[in-house]
Amino acid sequence: MVNSFRSILGSVFKNIYTVLIFTFLYLPIVVLIVYSFNASKYAVGWDGFTLEWYVKLFQDRAIMKAFYYTISVAVLSTLIATVVGTFAAIGIHNMKPLRKQLILNINNLPLLNPDIVTGVSMMVLFVFFKAQLGFITMLIAHVTFNIPYVILSVLPKLRQMPKDILEAAMDLGATPWYAFRKVIIPEISPGIVTGALIAFTMSIDDFVISFFTTGNGVSNLSIYVYSMARRGINPKINALSTLMFVSVLILLLVVNKRQGKESKKIL
Amino acid sequence: MKKLLFLMLAGLLLVTATACGEKQVVLNVYNWGDYIDETILTDFEEEYNIKVNYEMFASNEDMYVKMKQGGTKYDVAFPSDYMIEKMVREDMLVEFDATALDNFKNIGEKFTGLSYDPDNKYSVPYLWGTVGLVYNKELVDEEDVMSWDVLFDEKYNGQILMYDSQRDSLAVAFKKLGYSLNSTDPQELEEAKQLLIDQKKLVLAYVTDNIKTMMLSDEAAIGVDYSGDAFQILLEGGIDKYGYSVPAEGSNMWFDAMVIPKGSEHVEEAKLFIDYMSRPEVALKNVEYVQYSTPNTAIMGDLSDELKSIPYAYPSDEELDHCEVFVDPGAFVEEYNKAWVEIKAN
Repeated sequence: MVNSFRSILGSVFKNIYTVLIFTFLYLPIVVLIVYSFNASKYAVGWDGFTLEWYVKLFQDRAIMKAFYYTISVAVLSTLIATVVGTFAAIGIHNMKPLRKQLILNINNLPLLNPDIVTGVSMMVLFVFFKAQLGFITMLIAHVTFNIPYVILSVLPKLRQMPKDILEAAMDLGATPWYAFRKVIIPEISPGIVTGALIAFTMSIDDFVISFFTTGNGVSNLSIYVYSMARRGINPKINALSTLMFVSVLILLLVVNKRQGKESKKIL
Repeated sequence: MKKLLFLMLAGLLLVTATACGEKQVVLNVYNWGDYIDETILTDFEEEYNIKVNYEMFASNEDMYVKMKQGGTKYDVAFPSDYMIEKMVREDMLVEFDATALDNFKNIGEKFTGLSYDPDNKYSVPYLWGTVGLVYNKELVDEEDVMSWDVLFDEKYNGQILMYDSQRDSLAVAFKKLGYSLNSTDPQELEEAKQLLIDQKKLVLAYVTDNIKTMMLSDEAAIGVDYSGDAFQILLEGGIDKYGYSVPAEGSNMWFDAMVIPKGSEHVEEAKLFIDYMSRPEVALKNVEYVQYSTPNTAIMGDLSDELKSIPYAYPSDEELDHCEVFVDPGAFVEEYNKAWVEIKAN
């Protein structure tokens, strides 16, 4: 009797705790979404339901431009960083211990450096080469800080891989390229996907490095939102955030559903 | 793999290719965030067939770093008074005799020949204002708001907001003590610093733009704010409930002005833009959106009743009597920085 009481109490407590954690994480987002429909410009009280901020959002050329640059830099830098990072990780994995340690330490530099150090130093570098700051420089900067994340996500998977698997594949007649494509990549693909997701998130989120390495009219959403500091955040940003949140949510639901179907097929 | 590489290369080529081949003049304009009615930019583009690349910054210092380093050739920028002074000293601005512009005549006389640009060789004023007290009339006695002492009054413990800006907060302390807000006297700075540290137990928070939300939701009763920002509170909450005042000891008067940075490749077009912004219809449209005070006196009569009803939006000379414009403190800024770190840390 006591045991089952304990277990009921335990599961109740676990449930409450889980609910609290999710509330803590998602309540700010819910408030953000609710206020995107608020007729008042300031998050004070509910002033009435309206879609005007959504309308104003699509009329605002600066936000739309910033959004376009944010997404395109994020997608391109993720692609490039993932490819470069994966190959780098494979190379590092096969290095002798001393060289491996040295390269890994260098790899950690962009991660440990404060963003402002990375941002300002890259800006100085670009100016030194007389490059015009803009899309390309921002892209290069994003690729630079994304590569370490990819390397650090792929390396553990490489370590977990059986050492002789590549040799075994080639023994069975596979060419090195075939073995790489059909054996190694599938083994480390969870690491690659994780690395790509982290890179994408870091790129969308970045402000400081982007601010210092861009120019000539190229801006991203973080810079746009930050520049509203003196005047206050317009609810158009709430509207945009809501749309982005809903898109990602739908994407994840679709991906999960497909994975669910696939695993059912296997069964 | 090959397909992926090819796609990426194609993507990069596309991006670089689109960057070249622009025959139309492009102006790079660098302004504060949300500080212009953006339809004005579209109107300007249509009238002159000049494309406008509009970038935004959050503080003078950010703008300064970006401009100093180069990398982008800005054609028009909107710095504040002390920053213009600094940029003139460091030879970062183009001298273009603003008085020769057609619409310069619309700028009120008392806004020309200001201390940071006495001959108007470098700048045309854009918007201006003061720093003052925004207060809730239901929670604060109106006799108290004509002096900075109200921010140090036990009566309002826990309902006071200070602005999270080094120079503005020090200015409040300096003015309360009767000193100039451009003081470079270490003794005066020490007193101001101590005053602010002692005040901290009465202060609810040091805030920036979220002062509006806090005042409107009655979380605080009184705060230090820029005039334009405070006007948003008055317009949203009603002038029956909220008020703005500039204390008698004096305060800061600030100006944001249009300048042409050196390195601009389109000086003539930049002048065209600055002139356009000073046109009466354009300035009026802008002021109705941004809702800050305009130096363009030609449109005074045309302002909406809403804007005209705001107290201290267009103060008299007596009301501005002890107000000062910020001057760049030069090397002494290090002392300000140290004092500010101590104030925030306590």
